[in-house]
Amino acid sequence: MGEKILMKGNEVIAEAALRAGCRHYFGYPITPQTEVAHYFAKKMPEYGGTFIQAESEIAAMNMVYGAASAGARVMTSSSSPGISLKQEAISYAACAELPAVIVNIVRAGPGLGGILASQCDYFQSTKGGGHGDYRMVVLAPSSVQELYELVVDAFNIADRYRTLCMIMGDGMLGQMMEGVEFSDQEEIFKADKGWAVTGTGMTRENNMITSIYIDPEILEKHNLKLQAKYREITENETRVETYNCDGADIIVAAYGTVARIIKNVIKTAEKEGIKVGLIRPITLWPFPTATFEKYAEVPKAFLSVEMSAGQMVEDVRLSLNGKSPVHFLGRMGGMIPTQKEILEKIREILK
Amino acid sequence: MAIVFQRPHALKETQMHYCPGCTHGIIHRMVAEVIDELGIEGTTIGVSPVGCAYNNYLYFNCDMVQAPHGRAPAVATGIKRVHPDNTVFTYQGDGDLAAIGTAEIVHAANRGEKITTIFINNAIYGMTSGQMAPTTLIGQVTTTSPFGRKPEIEGYPVNVCEMLATLKGAAFVERVSTHDIKNLNKTKRAIKKAFQVQMAGLGFSIVEVLSTCPTNWGMDPVKSLKWVEEKMIPQYPLGNFRGKDLEV
Amino acid sequence: MAQIDIIFSGFGGQGIQAAGKLIAYAGMLENKHVSFLPSYGPEMRGGTSNCHVIVSDDPIGSPILNSATVVMAMNRPSLDKFEKYLEPGGILLVDSSLVNRRPERKDIRVFEIPATQIASDLGNLAFANIVMLGKLIHETGAVSAEYIEKGLKKVLPERKHYLIPDEMKALKIGMEY
Repeated sequence: MGEKILMKGNEVIAEAALRAGCRHYFGYPITPQTEVAHYFAKKMPEYGGTFIQAESEIAAMNMVYGAASAGARVMTSSSSPGISLKQEAISYAACAELPAVIVNIVRAGPGLGGILASQCDYFQSTKGGGHGDYRMVVLAPSSVQELYELVVDAFNIADRYRTLCMIMGDGMLGQMMEGVEFSDQEEIFKADKGWAVTGTGMTRENNMITSIYIDPEILEKHNLKLQAKYREITENETRVETYNCDGADIIVAAYGTVARIIKNVIKTAEKEGIKVGLIRPITLWPFPTATFEKYAEVPKAFLSVEMSAGQMVEDVRLSLNGKSPVHFLGRMGGMIPTQKEILEKIREILK
Repeated sequence: MAIVFQRPHALKETQMHYCPGCTHGIIHRMVAEVIDELGIEGTTIGVSPVGCAYNNYLYFNCDMVQAPHGRAPAVATGIKRVHPDNTVFTYQGDGDLAAIGTAEIVHAANRGEKITTIFINNAIYGMTSGQMAPTTLIGQVTTTSPFGRKPEIEGYPVNVCEMLATLKGAAFVERVSTHDIKNLNKTKRAIKKAFQVQMAGLGFSIVEVLSTCPTNWGMDPVKSLKWVEEKMIPQYPLGNFRGKDLEV
Repeated sequence: MAQIDIIFSGFGGQGIQAAGKLIAYAGMLENKHVSFLPSYGPEMRGGTSNCHVIVSDDPIGSPILNSATVVMAMNRPSLDKFEKYLEPGGILLVDSSLVNRRPERKDIRVFEIPATQIASDLGNLAFANIVMLGKLIHETGAVSAEYIEKGLKKVLPERKHYLIPDEMKALKIGMEY
């Protein structure tokens, strides 16, 4: 490990991508993630890579589609309204099985909404967003250090499974500075990209990247192949952190920066004699259902705390399947749940 | 026995799905001939559109990518930036390029993206069955302009070449037609030059090819060719708009 | 010191973000856990600027502060907005050259430093934040002056390193005020 340096989340995203061998970035300015683009714009020439400020989010994601087809490690980043614009090409890329990394530094919606931190894109990221039966891996870091590690992992997961991989943070994570330690050498999964378009060199059959299958039998077969891949990803790549769960009076489900607030709550609650556990999904898809099942009968209740109107709470309920009551506390619009209100909610539930 | 005429190597031995009398097939052939003549099949990557030519990725022997509707220039940009030494072309119709993909084509041209676009203008949407295109002529009847295109309601035909020729990044811009042999020969020369401009690294190149749609125009193939000559060319004058004197 | 939660606030251009970043960097170099969270968006273009900094012996939970143990207010709107954020017994540092009212709360420790005037006397208005920071580290023990100096070397570009001796002088004046 090298020296610890103080860096902004958004800059760490770009630095991590460069370390993971990403040499192609296409994006469009939007607050609060634009520093990702600033960093790439400055650094890419040093690395002999490509930075393009595209004419739109739509074009940027289609440039990703092209570069991924061509076999490169490629990334785009945006924030909520921009991610909506990318959905067309996201669905196409999922169908064409193109590996790429998409970063969403979520801001409050719907609509143009506001620019402050939110988790209101959980549904969009984990349940589709674009059309069709597809999934993408969604990683939710909760610190700048973890952001770095997960961006590197995201490229490896993308290449390993020929899948899209999203980093879902929020404005707080993108904007905050924390100490980060980069390793001297990243572990890079070397994928065989024999499927990529590189020019046949007149030595092989031509490669074709497509997402159109007019014949229903062939399209169903292709869908079954995608579903099998998603099951494999679920088996191998589900990630979760559990904290203080054994013997807990209540278990809180929270991800990203909200999970950090819960860690403070845990300390304060302890002084009142309340044991609060935390299940922090690191992959939002695949969702760590098994972990919730494991702890289903431990606490008196579960509580999902989110910066949304209640999105992940649905997956918590599905995972627990009625075995335990599930409560919800959420703030919206860029408001952040406070320790105080979370504690009050916990007291009220346990009363 | 000497072979005097055969399928270009860059074109697969597949039956194409185009309607009788449609000029897509002959334009495909000319693109393939140019690829053969330049000896670049092994280094060429094509990008298919959404529209009648959506599955022409099955017809060419070079590597191919099928793009979302209108986004072919952005997809081609991604490919070209990864493989700057390869030759990358897009093949797009008028709905794809001049309606939903307007932003992508304008900005790819403006960046001087070193790609070649073959733009098929037949003044109508073919695949979705004959709707009005941005290039539909004034008064032309389509399924979505059943009383003829009226400028006060639907605006005017878009002249893509004239528009793109204002951009410095567009090195080579030429409009050609398929309505007779003389013009077919000119078409092939223009396509070849457009590829050569790309290979010389001079910038973006586009060839707009006036083309027919007998099925949706409701005409036989011969009348369709006549219609190109008599109706389309007055709105879309043939000729070079940029890069005429480029040495390649 | 277990954890110090600081809100820095002032006009854009007063070096609010720079002061926050500096103490965070210094804390990190001193092997403490730190986080720095700027306000972002329209406030970048004039108006008030603020940031949240946490310096802690333990891993940091939430980087956003709903209350603070230290508030550094470099203008009147900042005092108006953040005085109420202080926990009882907290420390309020006010640039009295620019703030034309006295703090109201009696359950906190108040330090009024004419930082802008001091900086002006030193010949560089940009040192006002460093004067304030000097008082802040002296009263809280968040980081030591030695590590502020090390931090300056990290946050300032090389071409501005010649300013460091003067910055340290300003810091000392603040510490001793």
